[in-house]
Amino acid sequence: MPDKTNKSPRNPLDACHPDSSNKKNHPREQRNAATEGTAKEHYASGFLYQAGAVVFALVITTFVLLAAGVGPFQAYKAIILGAVGSWDLVSNVLVSWVPLLLATSGLLVTFTVGLWNIGIEGQITLGAVFTTWAMRAMQNSGWDPTLILVLAIIAGMVGGMLWALLAGALKTFGGVNEIFGGLGLNFVATALNIWLIFGPWKRPGIASMSGTLPFDRSLWMPIAAGSSRLTPASIVIAIVGIIIVYLLLENSYFGLRLKAVGKNARSAYMLGIPTWQHMMASFAICGVFAGMAGAIQVTAVYHRLIPSISSGYGYLGLMVAMLVGFKASIAAPVALFFAALNVGSIQLPIILKLDSSLAGVLQGTLVLCVILGQGIRTQVQKKKRATP
Amino acid sequence: MNNSVLLISLGGVLASAAPILFAVIGETISERAGVLNLSMNGLILIAAMGSFAVALATNSVVLGFVAGAAIGALVALVVAFASLTLGQSQVAVGFVLAMLCRDLSYFLGSPIMGKVGPRISQVPIPLLDRIPILGPLFFQQDVMTYLSFVLIFASWFFIFRTRPGLVLRGMGEKPAAAYIRGENVSRLQYVYAIVGGAIAGLAGPIYSLSVKAGWKGTISGLDGIGWIVLSITIFGGWNPFRAAFGAYLFAFLQWLGLVLQPSLPSVPSQVLQVAPFPLMILTLLLVNIGNAEWVDRTLARLPENVRRDISRVLRALNAKPPASLGEPFKKE
Repeated sequence: MPDKTNKSPRNPLDACHPDSSNKKNHPREQRNAATEGTAKEHYASGFLYQAGAVVFALVITTFVLLAAGVGPFQAYKAIILGAVGSWDLVSNVLVSWVPLLLATSGLLVTFTVGLWNIGIEGQITLGAVFTTWAMRAMQNSGWDPTLILVLAIIAGMVGGMLWALLAGALKTFGGVNEIFGGLGLNFVATALNIWLIFGPWKRPGIASMSGTLPFDRSLWMPIAAGSSRLTPASIVIAIVGIIIVYLLLENSYFGLRLKAVGKNARSAYMLGIPTWQHMMASFAICGVFAGMAGAIQVTAVYHRLIPSISSGYGYLGLMVAMLVGFKASIAAPVALFFAALNVGSIQLPIILKLDSSLAGVLQGTLVLCVILGQGIRTQVQKKKRATP
Repeated sequence: MNNSVLLISLGGVLASAAPILFAVIGETISERAGVLNLSMNGLILIAAMGSFAVALATNSVVLGFVAGAAIGALVALVVAFASLTLGQSQVAVGFVLAMLCRDLSYFLGSPIMGKVGPRISQVPIPLLDRIPILGPLFFQQDVMTYLSFVLIFASWFFIFRTRPGLVLRGMGEKPAAAYIRGENVSRLQYVYAIVGGAIAGLAGPIYSLSVKAGWKGTISGLDGIGWIVLSITIFGGWNPFRAAFGAYLFAFLQWLGLVLQPSLPSVPSQVLQVAPFPLMILTLLLVNIGNAEWVDRTLARLPENVRRDISRVLRALNAKPPASLGEPFKKE
């Protein structure tokens, strides 16, 4: 059994490994480093820096837009209208909010033990693959559609979990950093997915990038009235998911132990907390959430398996988790905002001849500025302490 | 396939490994100094786009390469500033920059997408290119591929055979010791991070002005290269020779995937293109498994002669990262 306690083997590039003495690189630590002064002052200055970071991010993207030769206000207006201009657009925002929030929820758990689960993209893909497999196996069985959907989603959760456990095993037993193991597994998952779509599961006739043959309408997750794709059940799943993660991390003994492992794996082990088991458990939980996101992409959004089924929600979830400072309580609204940016920018190429990657530029700049803002705040407070 | 075609293809493998080599060696230098630059994927993309834009506007490939290096240095500067001065996580900043620079290159690059611009051409070296086998393989390349050969030896010599190289290695292992010896650790880390970023940035123009000339946005096929680069850096054990071996192995496997394609028509091309990735995971596993505690304990139970053989193999494969990688140095 792997034992991370004595002579802790340092893994390559393992900046955020719990064993590492480097507290700065632990995700949760950045937030705590600044806890100085009274709580009220603390939150006031925190808000000030965050607001400053948001303004600064807007200034930077405005410059980027000017460099691209576009009126910034035109572009921002197009994004806002593209996200909330009609009920159909709002429902599209909610459709992409669900997998993003599920991915973020799972990642909050792995971040708590100090792990960077970049392999989440592959975990979403495997969730989708397992769900499709289950749906194909059961679609002609004549069972109740609800039962088939539930079983297929469970299959997806298992798929995501297995893929996450693979990354976890590489990390715990093989010493392969989870970032690189996960990235490699992402590419493998994509290849597996494409091979299935073009090979064993290809459409009758010709295989194509548009994916497998759509399932029968009776096997679609029920869609809300007046919308094209919004499924109330998936919204409920996402909300329940983030509540579970919140309770797990903030209100449970298990969450407390996860935090202990994340803060200092060695001390946690000394206190009798089995370290590697907690890491594997957090991988498994994150994989379940990722697999669920993939399952919903298949059963509620596309009704088939497509090559880019994960749609980058895993990477975006990492950004959301960083932006919220790894706090479950504000993950839902921030994920909603990111989903709105994504949906709002889809029409940009048609309206303004702009590439829709503007959403990614906005999101990336925002997260970068918040990280830099945190750093500046920590330095300023350190200086204040040094000169009383 | 006859021999001369094979030789030219293998020469192509050497050329297509050149950008990976530049990026891996740039990253190796940065990590040797203790700065992990995780932004490689975005850095290469934005350097490729930016340098092509500059080369297109000025009709000068030289300025294109200068722009590529400058962009790489700038991205590395952000990583260094956030971690060394502001004390933020290198992993976090690097990941965000990887995403941001990628989207930025797609966004800003869309007007120049698909345009035909200048590119560097092959410069056979007189006399040497006539040597059978070696000639077509090594001496009918473009300038940057020649430079990539030089870079392997030069960077190895610098890191392992010069005094500044000794300081560089020491900084990654024990920055406090370098500080006590009178080195300005923080400034040196900045310098090496930026120099490493500039070298890695050259990978961009090698793609957009040579190997995959032009800028084709999301279908450029460059997305993902940066992550491979980071894996090869570990595989290379922070040693230029081993890193070069990894880069050539990767390029060779990708080429093999393309060659095998016609004989395996049922397998989609995208699947063969990712063939190197499972192998990469496997090699990472082999390189790292010697560091795992349970391996030591299992080995201890084996008979003496078997154990000696296995641990010799593991030690040969094993790679140890610079001890202070990712930890900004603080003089307190």
